[in-house]
Amino acid sequence: MEQKHTISILVNDQPGVLTRVANLMGQRGFNIDSITVGPSEEKGLSRMIIVTQGDEPTLEQVMKQFNKLVDVYKVSLLSNAPMVSRELALIKVEASSSNRAEINVLINPFRASIVDVGPNTLVIQCTGDTNKINALVELLSPFGIRELARTGVTAISRGMAAVKA
Amino acid sequence: MSTDTAMMEEKPSLPPIKMGESMTGADMLLRCLILEGVEYVFGYPGGSVLPIYDSLYSSHLKHILTRHEQGAIHAADGFARASGKPGVVIATSGPGATNLVTGIATAHMDSVPLVCITGNVAQNLIGTDAFQEANITGITIPITKHNFFVRDVKDLPRIIKEAFHIATTGRPGPVLVDIPKDVNQATAPFYYPETVNLRTYNPTVKPNSMQIERMVKALNEAEKPVVLTGGGTVSAGAEQELQELVEKINIPVIPTFMGLASFPGTHPLCLGMPGMHGSYAANQAILNTDLIIAIGARFDDRITMGRTKEFASNAKIIHIDIDPAEIGKNVGACIPIVGDVKNVLKAVLPKVEKSEPGAWVEQVQQWAKECPYSYTKNENGLLKPQQVVEMIYNSTNGDAIVTTDVGQHQMWVAQYFKFKNARSFISSGGLGTMGYGFPASVGAQFASPDQLVISFNGDGGFQMNQQELAIVSGHKLPIKIVVINNSCLGMVRQWQQLFYDNRYSHIDLSSSVDFVKLADAYGIKGLRASKEDEAEKVWKEAMETEGPVLVEFVVEPEENVYPMVAPGATLDQMVMGDEK
Ligand SMILES: Cc1ncc(C[n+]2csc(CCOP(=O)(O)OP(=O)(O)O)c2C)c(N)n1
Repeated sequence: MEQKHTISILVNDQPGVLTRVANLMGQRGFNIDSITVGPSEEKGLSRMIIVTQGDEPTLEQVMKQFNKLVDVYKVSLLSNAPMVSRELALIKVEASSSNRAEINVLINPFRASIVDVGPNTLVIQCTGDTNKINALVELLSPFGIRELARTGVTAISRGMAAVKA
Repeated sequence: MSTDTAMMEEKPSLPPIKMGESMTGADMLLRCLILEGVEYVFGYPGGSVLPIYDSLYSSHLKHILTRHEQGAIHAADGFARASGKPGVVIATSGPGATNLVTGIATAHMDSVPLVCITGNVAQNLIGTDAFQEANITGITIPITKHNFFVRDVKDLPRIIKEAFHIATTGRPGPVLVDIPKDVNQATAPFYYPETVNLRTYNPTVKPNSMQIERMVKALNEAEKPVVLTGGGTVSAGAEQELQELVEKINIPVIPTFMGLASFPGTHPLCLGMPGMHGSYAANQAILNTDLIIAIGARFDDRITMGRTKEFASNAKIIHIDIDPAEIGKNVGACIPIVGDVKNVLKAVLPKVEKSEPGAWVEQVQQWAKECPYSYTKNENGLLKPQQVVEMIYNSTNGDAIVTTDVGQHQMWVAQYFKFKNARSFISSGGLGTMGYGFPASVGAQFASPDQLVISFNGDGGFQMNQQELAIVSGHKLPIKIVVINNSCLGMVRQWQQLFYDNRYSHIDLSSSVDFVKLADAYGIKGLRASKEDEAEKVWKEAMETEGPVLVEFVVEPEENVYPMVAPGATLDQMVMGDEK
């Protein structure tokens, strides 16, 4: 069965590593839903979080292929255990003085905030898992979404479990 | 460098290498190669590697100037496959580097250790579409085991050390090091690291002992086991261990195409290769076995025909490979064993119970006897290609290093030549690169100057890199170059006949060069035969000739390779010959 999987990879912090990882996905015909990268807790290593889809054998093959890359230190599947996964979205919606208040009320339960107010637009910032962001985007779309920027998912395991160097 | 004595030269004594001595990047590179034990480099100069070639001018390294970078990299590859040592190739930026691409992919598919050095434009020009700039590290990401771009001359020795380490350990493969011209020109103190410190690269070589126990148990319990031995057995140098194991427990052996020389072809337990053009016995054995012990083999689609679900559906599979990603990639494994094949076989050998050949061995030997590879000779004496391969095999008794190109002749060599010695069969199995075989034989002869090297070629593929006759001539390499001339692209013709209703589209090679005159033009003895008696005479003459010889065998153009399992069919659907 096709399923979404969240994979955490520790890689050498070196030019070209993102290209190698992305290239591999393309070469082997694996889907990338999102890919994020940033420094990790360990000097010299970056952490990549990849969200991908596929059945069990595909997932196993993806992880093994990542492991083969010389710049990859460790590959772990986050989504088979409790994890926290978040993305951040910046949503520019059309808003006039007449409906700003309405929007403000609407986004409140999402703990989203307004980070920029223009004459005809608002920029709303929201963090949460992918479903929450999707829900907010849907809710705001009747107002007219001018621009949408999402970071893609980053994630971490809950509790003591750690994907460490 | 004098060319004709180069091969036989004693290794010259080298000037001592002092650590901390200041030198250019180009000099460092050559020092590193010498410290890695490199004797030969194959290459072609150009603008951005001028500093390297200037250093080569006064170096002890033996550089072989090919006539095309593709020739250089295939030669380096043939050198590596024959010797087990990494092959080294040097090419200039831009077109020089891109001319390596086919050779890199060829080596990558067959897990051959290569270190490919390319020049690039100076760093201040990188990214500007400068003259002869190509992003060769970007281009080769999917076809190298790893690649490097050297930014600082101080990193160069460490990177070269790592390149050799990565190329030769774990599952071997090609590594490319791209060095911009300014780095080759810059100077720094030279320090060669003694050890490699790569925390992200640690191949598993020692097998898990629990899995070894499971394997031993499965072996002792199996009634109809077979060994499937592939290129991994060759890479690991585990031919001896394999033979010991097989002889202790008396299991039939099926070498894959890449594993043909990993087990003696004349051994009574050897069934020949499986798959599309494999033997009846091998395919029957796979259909009937209850346990496959796959050793450094990867179940590619020329064996499974892409029907992985139906493949050996009655069997458990023990899959031994140094590359964990191969296990479960194409077929599921009941017992996965990650590790160096040699270590695994050594661990298993003392633990298995000795057993005598039983009904199963009798059965597979019966299949082998019933349906060996076969062809019919022409009554009028005109040559069949299989006959040529058989005749040449008989003349050598298997004591030769054989290279092939790609096509029908490649399959006939795989069927009719019985390999005896380790690393004696060199062919592009994974990528199927036409133009590979002849330059690879050049590398093999440099690696093994005292051995008989025979290069089998089709008339199509030979013309893809025939320019390397210049090397053979210049270095007097005593290669026996065989061109099996069927005046067409034989393998393509066969597929057009069988699957495209005889519509022969663009396969006619009848206007090719006169191969005998071509050889002569390079100062190489050329011979030709088109009849059985001529063939015997001409081949005898070739074998008695001391230097290089090219022998053209003009053969029946419409011969097909059989048996054949069509792509998408299953192994029980073997076609044994032309149906009238
Ligand atoms: C570089 C390259 N181009 C095309 C092919 C496709 N191909 C496979 S076999 C073959 C025909 C080879 O003809 P020839 O060299 O005469 O050998 P034969 O099959 O006749 O033995 C071709 C074109 C290939 N394998 N490699």
